[in-house]
Amino acid sequence: MSRAAILDSVSSAVAGVPDGATVLVGGFGLAGQPVELIEALLEGGARELTVVSNNAGNGDHGLAALVRERRVRKIICSFPRQSDSWHFDAAWRAGALELELVPQGNLAERIRAAGAGIGAFFTPAGFGTPLAAGKETRVIDGRGYVLEYPLHGDAALIAAHQADELGNLVYRKTARNFGPIMAAAAMTTIVQVGEIVPAGALDPEHIVTPCVYVDRVVRVDHDLVKSGDRL
Amino acid sequence: MSTLTGIGKDELARVVAADILPGSFVNLGIGLPTKISNYLPPDSGVMLHTENGMLGMGPEAQGDQIDPDLVNAGKVPVTELPGASYFHHADSFAMMRGGHLDVCVLGAYQVSACGNLANWHTGKPDDIPAVGGAMDLASGARQTFAMMNLLSRDGRPKLVPECTYPLTGLACVTRVYTDLAVFLIQPDRVVVRELFNVDFSTLAAALDVPLVEQTGNRAT
Repeated sequence: MSRAAILDSVSSAVAGVPDGATVLVGGFGLAGQPVELIEALLEGGARELTVVSNNAGNGDHGLAALVRERRVRKIICSFPRQSDSWHFDAAWRAGALELELVPQGNLAERIRAAGAGIGAFFTPAGFGTPLAAGKETRVIDGRGYVLEYPLHGDAALIAAHQADELGNLVYRKTARNFGPIMAAAAMTTIVQVGEIVPAGALDPEHIVTPCVYVDRVVRVDHDLVKSGDRL
Repeated sequence: MSTLTGIGKDELARVVAADILPGSFVNLGIGLPTKISNYLPPDSGVMLHTENGMLGMGPEAQGDQIDPDLVNAGKVPVTELPGASYFHHADSFAMMRGGHLDVCVLGAYQVSACGNLANWHTGKPDDIPAVGGAMDLASGARQTFAMMNLLSRDGRPKLVPECTYPLTGLACVTRVYTDLAVFLIQPDRVVVRELFNVDFSTLAAALDVPLVEQTGNRAT
C-alpha cells in the first residue's frame, strides 16, 4: 500500500468513489459519523450506492441527506428505525431502497472479518431467529451458530479525532465505534479528522488505527454536529 | 386481568438492582432497564458496559457535561467514571459474545416458558424492523434478565407458552422481572420467586404458563 495522502478538501478526499460502490460509513448515530465526507459524496453525485453503517441516518445531515436524495440503493445496518430517521423511513416506505438488517455484533464482526482476511465465521447471535432465515447453521458443542460472511467496502468513510501526517489515527470516546474496523475493511479508506499533527506527535502506544489502513486524510472543522444542529 | 396493579417502574428497577452482585460487569438495555443504574449503590463496584464501545459508563450527562462523542447505546449523552475504557465495535461485541459480561437486562415484548425472548420486532408488515444489539446481547451475556410489565396494554400476558412475535434469541432468558412477580426460568419449569400486590393463585389464573410457587430459601 502507498502512503496516505493528506488532502485539502472533502471533495478531493471522496473523489473517484463510483456509482454502485459499497461504502462503509462509520458512526453510531451522529457520534463518529463523517458528516462532511458523506455530504461531499452527495455533492459529487455518486448514486446507486450500497451503504454499510450501524444506522440509516439521523436528522437531516450526513447519511440522512444521502438517503433523502435517493443515492442509496441498499443499506446494510442494524438499527435503521429511530426517532430522527425520517428520511430513511420515507425512503423505505416508498420502496426506494433495500434493507439488509444484521444484528449489531454480527455487523461489526463481518466488517472485522473483511479486514482480517477471514472467509466466514460461525456466530451464535441470531440463531433460531428470522434474521438467520436461509443461512447455513451448525451446532457446535451443543450450541447453535449461524454462518456469516465478511462485508468488504470499495470505500470507507470514517471520522477520527487526530491523524498524523502518515495517517495514523486516534479517536475520541465512543466516537471510535466502527472506525478502526471499517478502516481495515475497505479498498480505499477516507478519514476526516479534527487535527493533523506531525509524525511522531502521537504516542505510538496510543495509536488505534495504524496508517497502513488509511489512504486519504482531510481535516475538517467538525461543526455540523457539535454546533448543536443535531436534529 | 388488567385490573391488577403491581409495583411501579422505579420500584421494579430497585428490585433488579438488588439482584446484581457487587463487582459485576453489566449491560442495561435501552428503555426500562436503563433505570436500574439509578439504584445500584455507588460502592457496589458494578461496571456498566455500553455496546457502542465503553466500559465504566457513568450517569447521563447534564449541561456542560454533554459531549456528542460520548453517548450510550440509546444515543443519550452520558459520562465516564474513573477507570472507564473505550474500544471499537468488534471488540465490544466480542466482549459480550465471549461471555465476559455477567448480566444483561433487556426489555421484552414476550418471554416464553423456556426462556425464548422476543423484543425486536412486532412482525407487522408496515413496521420498520430494527434489531441493534438485542440478539447479540441475548445470546452473549452469561445471564439474560428480561424486564417488562407482565400484561400488555390490552391485558394480555407477555409471559407465554410460545412467543408469537419474531424471536430475538432461543432459551436465553433466565429471569423475568415484572410489575407483578419475579419469575425464574428453569430447565423444566417456571418458578415464581416473588409476588407484588397479587397472590399466587390469582397470578396463576392470569397466565397460560404453568407456575411453581417457590418454597424455602430464596434461590437467586
